[in-house]
Amino acid sequence: MTRFRGRRLAACAAILVAAVALAACGSKTGQNTSSGGAVADTSGDTVKVGLLNSLSGTMAISEVTVRDSLLLAIEEINAAGGVLGKKIAPVSEDGASDWPTFAEKAEKLIQQDKVAAVFGCWTSASRKAVKPVFEKNKSLLFYPVQYEGLEQSPYIFYTGATTNQQIVPALDYLKSQGKTTIYLVGSDYVFPRTANKIIKAYAAANGMKVLGEDYAPLGSTEFGTIVNKVKASKAAAVFNTLNGDSNVAFFKEYKSAGLTAASMPVVSVSIAEEEVKSIGTQYLDGQLTAWNYYQTTAGAANDKFVKAYKAKYGADKPTSDPMEAAYVAVYLWKAMVEKAGSFDVEKVKAAADGITFDAPEGKVTVDGATQHISKTARIGKVGSDGLITEVWNSGSPVKPDPYLKGYPWATGLS
Amino acid sequence: MVILSQLFTGVSIGAVLLLIALGLSLTFGQMNVINMAHGEFIMAGAYTVYVLQQSITDAGLSLLVALPVAFGVTGVLGVILEFLLIRRLYTRPLDTLLVTWGVSLVLQQAARDVFGAPNVQTRAPDLLTGNVHIVGDLVLATNRLFILGLALAAVVVLSGVLRFSSLGRRIRAVVQNRDLAAVSGIPTGRVDRLTFFIGSGVAGVAGVALTLLGPIGPTMGTNIIIDAFLVVVVGGIGHLKGSVIVAFVLGVLQSMIEYSTTVSVAKVGVFIAIVAFLQWRPQGLFTLRTRSLA
Repeated sequence: MTRFRGRRLAACAAILVAAVALAACGSKTGQNTSSGGAVADTSGDTVKVGLLNSLSGTMAISEVTVRDSLLLAIEEINAAGGVLGKKIAPVSEDGASDWPTFAEKAEKLIQQDKVAAVFGCWTSASRKAVKPVFEKNKSLLFYPVQYEGLEQSPYIFYTGATTNQQIVPALDYLKSQGKTTIYLVGSDYVFPRTANKIIKAYAAANGMKVLGEDYAPLGSTEFGTIVNKVKASKAAAVFNTLNGDSNVAFFKEYKSAGLTAASMPVVSVSIAEEEVKSIGTQYLDGQLTAWNYYQTTAGAANDKFVKAYKAKYGADKPTSDPMEAAYVAVYLWKAMVEKAGSFDVEKVKAAADGITFDAPEGKVTVDGATQHISKTARIGKVGSDGLITEVWNSGSPVKPDPYLKGYPWATGLS
Repeated sequence: MVILSQLFTGVSIGAVLLLIALGLSLTFGQMNVINMAHGEFIMAGAYTVYVLQQSITDAGLSLLVALPVAFGVTGVLGVILEFLLIRRLYTRPLDTLLVTWGVSLVLQQAARDVFGAPNVQTRAPDLLTGNVHIVGDLVLATNRLFILGLALAAVVVLSGVLRFSSLGRRIRAVVQNRDLAAVSGIPTGRVDRLTFFIGSGVAGVAGVALTLLGPIGPTMGTNIIIDAFLVVVVGGIGHLKGSVIVAFVLGVLQSMIEYSTTVSVAKVGVFIAIVAFLQWRPQGLFTLRTRSLA
């Protein structure tokens, strides 16, 4: 018995030593190149790009659809001749819904695979985790999801909405509908708390009243009391920044309490076509969402996108806002590279300003100063078929303003 | 009026707690088996509704059919678990804890592989998505009333079985003194298996009820297992009565604190109350006096 244990100990020690040795090698490569910045390998007739999404873990539901959408764009571009005569070769890595893993995989894509750009990340936590990696290596990330604003990294292009392209227009819409008393319900983490800070500042400046504010822990599924509070407040509308599973419990409770889209509409900022399916259309019928794109958005570019996506992945798969933003990101990168005539990161960045693309959501333009893109804001209504149809849009693309500098009421928020 | 509707919310939270804890009060309370996979049995019950609705289109009927079917499905799951693993570990409670936790992870992954990682949706009959108007602002949600009724019915049936049936007498005999029961000719192994069948089956029924309230997904079990253990521990091991009282007290306490503060504060408040209570009565609300030497 003791001999056996001894051998096992030795084995453990050997593994430990090997792990330490490997880690040491890894950090050495990191140090060697961190000063000069990573150089994309464009020697062959292909150019590599990295796809960094959670393919496992809790975020996989959402992020796999983004990865699929990225692959579709790459396939289309390759079929049309590639970028600067080179075919795009995607290297897919799994962030595993774990933020340190995201940073590690980003480093790997840049250092080992020598990719020209990386597309991906979903949660703000994962973006914050990889941000220093891209800045240190002077490499590019395209981030395709709406987020809480107040950020502007020189090595990230943001193709999802910032607050003035989603939350602020949603509040404008509520105000125009005469819904001036609102109740805020959100999950208890950074995005809802930041969003609600902005909402309260907006409300104070625009004659709207926030009657209450409640946060449920992530994953919480008991909403009896919160719905009672919402109901007792007699607010005209609810602004919902809940994430994930909580939405299911919240909307079931909402309906049982006798609240409806007609009596007290709920505006949600994180429920897209995919989520509608998992919450259940009977609970969401007529409720409002705020995004920049819906599967039903009119236009030839969107018809083409939806058709191509369904042909590749199945007729029952809906397309959603973050998927569209990811698809657009690849095309924007291609346009930047072609304008720059080079894959060099600094040249691509310099060429970015003013690049336009006829996206499924309509025409988008890259703003070189903020590295965000102009997007049309859209309020949609969930239909009984599970699709979302637009009830209002901002008319023209809204210029990105991540720090809300153009809004006097927002001074002091950042 | 708000107080009344909060009281109802509290009672209905209590009913949910009771349903998820009831099966556990049998397997943990009576048999002393720490079954961490209890939450996954509840999940299996919830998925039963989803599977049945693939073939039975009527939402109300499928829910009614799901109750006995889920009881059977999770009951059998429980018996398999008891027969293959727990039976060998009756004298090693800590190992049981680890093994059943492993089983819960396996079941979660199995659900993910079979039904996919995203939540699935079930249809509820229109009757159970509405509410009953009482007076003024006071409305009682019908799904919550249904769950309350189901929880009470489950308690009545279960305590009836334990008190009056010959199976119940045998279960109590084994709980009070296993060796004496064995020498009196009671097949303790078979009694254990039956107890586990019933306890796990009740978890399945709880799962059916939960489809009316929240999401149905692979991880739904992990969210409720702690609450279930709390109820049984505070209620006193080996007593259904304790679990019933504690479930409703905790439910009302939670909803009342939450109304004037926030969800997190209410959770903390309830935990503090529980810790204080267990300092005063470590054995829980009720204690079981047995002649067992163990």
